[in-house]
Amino acid sequence: MDMTRRAALLTSAAIASSVAFPMRSLFAQETPRKGGVFTVHYGAEQRQLNPSLQASTGVYIIGGKIQEQLVDLDEAGKPVGVLATSWEAAPDGKTITFKLRDGVKWHDGRPFTSADVQFTAMEMWKKILNYGTTLQLFLTAVDTPDPLTAVFRYERPMPLNLLLRALPDLGYISPRHIYEGKGDIRQNPANLAPIGTGPFKFVTYERGQHVIADRNADYWRPNAPHLDRIVWRVVTDRSAAAAQMEAGQIHYSPFSGLTISDAARLGKDKRFIVSTKGNEGNARTNTIEFNFRRKELADIRVRRAIAHALDIPFFIENFLGDFAKRGTGPVPSVSTDFYPADNGPQYPFDKKRAAALLDEAGFKAGAGGTRFSLRLLPAPWGEDITLFATFIQQSLADVGIRVEVVRTDGGGFLKQVYDEHAFDLATGWHQYRNDPAVSTTVWYRSGQPKGAPWTNQWGWTDETMDKIIDDAATEVDVAKRKALYGDFVRRANTELPIWTPIEQIFLTAISAKARNHSNTPRWGSSSWHDLWLAE
Amino acid sequence: MRILTLAGRRLAASIPTLFLILIGVFVLLQFAPGDTVDALMAQMGGGDAETAKQLRQYYGLDVSAWAQLGNYLWRLVRLDLGFSAIYGKPVATVIAERLPATILLMTASLSLAFFFGLIFGVIAARGVNRWPDTLISTLGLVFYAMPTFWFGLMAIVVFSIYLQWLPAGGFEDITVARTGFARTLDIASHLVLPTLTLALFYMAIYLRIMRGSMLEVLTLDFVRTARAKGMDETRVVVRHVLRNALLPMVTLIGLQAGTMLGGSVVVESVFSLPGLGRLAYESVIQRDLNTLLGIVFVSALLVITVNFIVDLLYARLDPRITTGS
Repeated sequence: MDMTRRAALLTSAAIASSVAFPMRSLFAQETPRKGGVFTVHYGAEQRQLNPSLQASTGVYIIGGKIQEQLVDLDEAGKPVGVLATSWEAAPDGKTITFKLRDGVKWHDGRPFTSADVQFTAMEMWKKILNYGTTLQLFLTAVDTPDPLTAVFRYERPMPLNLLLRALPDLGYISPRHIYEGKGDIRQNPANLAPIGTGPFKFVTYERGQHVIADRNADYWRPNAPHLDRIVWRVVTDRSAAAAQMEAGQIHYSPFSGLTISDAARLGKDKRFIVSTKGNEGNARTNTIEFNFRRKELADIRVRRAIAHALDIPFFIENFLGDFAKRGTGPVPSVSTDFYPADNGPQYPFDKKRAAALLDEAGFKAGAGGTRFSLRLLPAPWGEDITLFATFIQQSLADVGIRVEVVRTDGGGFLKQVYDEHAFDLATGWHQYRNDPAVSTTVWYRSGQPKGAPWTNQWGWTDETMDKIIDDAATEVDVAKRKALYGDFVRRANTELPIWTPIEQIFLTAISAKARNHSNTPRWGSSSWHDLWLAE
Repeated sequence: MRILTLAGRRLAASIPTLFLILIGVFVLLQFAPGDTVDALMAQMGGGDAETAKQLRQYYGLDVSAWAQLGNYLWRLVRLDLGFSAIYGKPVATVIAERLPATILLMTASLSLAFFFGLIFGVIAARGVNRWPDTLISTLGLVFYAMPTFWFGLMAIVVFSIYLQWLPAGGFEDITVARTGFARTLDIASHLVLPTLTLALFYMAIYLRIMRGSMLEVLTLDFVRTARAKGMDETRVVVRHVLRNALLPMVTLIGLQAGTMLGGSVVVESVFSLPGLGRLAYESVIQRDLNTLLGIVFVSALLVITVNFIVDLLYARLDPRITTGS
């Protein structure tokens, strides 16, 4: 499964210099064309489309064009105001004041004000939004001294730098007048027909077929958007999606929506651009999670032996192509703000060392060379995970650990791993969200309630780690925070409750006719106000 | 009158079957780990345990499985299919939205398969062991052995990507608003490839059956008598042989109306059609029990109806098959 050299160059260039050469500059001499319909591959339908209630790329890919957040990331990956124009934190970190944009209107014509921000933050982010409930746990109130000022008040210090990195994903605003006093927020019809302030207005959602949004003529950014319409086509079959791209029915397939081989094939075609560019903010690591309730796995020597037994570079080269690289820890290398200079111990492929560690731990090879057996649950989110599970199974057989792979679908995986703890090893993805406090540290912090997906359900408790995590979450000083997360990464790699051996960035396939695309680190989720289609 | 009695008796007999099917599906789905809230959490990409508890309460998943089944059957008796957890709409509405695509696909494929199966079967039987028979039988074998999804993808590669004649997927073109005849034509062009994909497999079966039963009937005494009377060959085939050879074909349609729904899952996925098959698949993945049971209920009704029509056709084709004894 060789990737083309061109694709390889594109990728390495994208990873190495995503900031230095924004795509936009390449097309700077062209004048944007007004009009056109942009069609998007929509692989997994969601129960609702309001990003104030659900943080996931499946929602942003549609809802993020219709609703807007206070802050987004710019081409250089720095926070830039959208509905907020400026922000300021009090020295104690307990008050953060946002100045809001003037003259912004909801799609139904009502003005956008600080009351919308207050309602969304208190009723949606703090109570319903996944990851928002954790982020805003200590938010006590949002004051609205005037229609264009929102003052966030926290019980404990909230690092401004954390909030600004979290808000691009967890900071979407919903219209108060549509939700307040209309019963259960989760069941509001606007969740499936969102009303926002964004460049595109919701038109229709035909389940199983398509979602359509049209140009918002009253949009606050001058001369935007360029497109007339966006159509998201529901295509659940990955090969069918690739075929529809080739037939010209789809312009864009985001978030690794195609199979690895189809992506490689389209990468060779001049009509398409296949790269990881524009997804730097959606980095993910492949993980191996160890269940500490098994006495073998509670022994650190066994966890290290398992890590040493896998030839990761071989797996990446032969199964993932050039779009993946060796992982170094829970904070991926694209995170310029938090990637530490020293990641702590790494576990290079060394079968002899693995066998020695297992012997040392007292698990000698029995009859037939088997030391013990483990149940491995692969998450069903992607073909790389399925391949990796088989690779783990075969590699561990070489050092005398018999692995039974138990395949399930999404619901089954979460239930067995996070609620029933019915696994020995699990393998899946951890998605990094620009700041470790948003969704990374909960994988390591002890005391997580049973049944909460993507949290520490491994039975691992470590006071040192808990203290690092808690201190970093409320540390207002930027440099000290970064240092604490360095400690966090080193501790994670030393104790190895989860191993993060592979680092990947989502892959995008897009028509070469698209302009101004992939120009921010979370472009697939962004508003596309400057996107246009060349003839 | 006779037909009405037959209809009544058939319907009465199918009600217990329907309930058994529903209970069976319900029990089977209980064996799958996780429920709709787990699936919801997977989709959200995270959430806390408290939210999960609230959602379970909201969807009525906090009571025992038997209580859930009891609730469901009691609602069903009152013709209420319940509320879909994924779609946030009544199940009846969700199914009604998906039914047209599936019915259209199934009717088109079944008619196509039946029509060409019949014609090719007759041609093959008439030229048995000569080149038309060899050609048709070989092609039939190829279509029968070929996986549906593979044929679908190949059809897309040839007709959509290279030739650019037909759309690669979807139910209609949404980038341009069409009405009336133009829209009908547009939908028809979207259905050509999926219909063909689904039909070829069934056509292969019908062709074999038709060929076999034609050959069998051709050897019977009354055919010899007809020929001896000096009747010309076309009339022998059309009036005497065909009518008798059709019986096994008709039986097969009744049996296959059900399997076709299963086959449409693949075709609907490959061609991104908003049909019942894909809805059923997604309901299983999402553990949306109400929708799944609703689909089972509607497809069981569909199969019962088709079988009922087949019985009527049977009586028409062969008067010896009476309704009473």
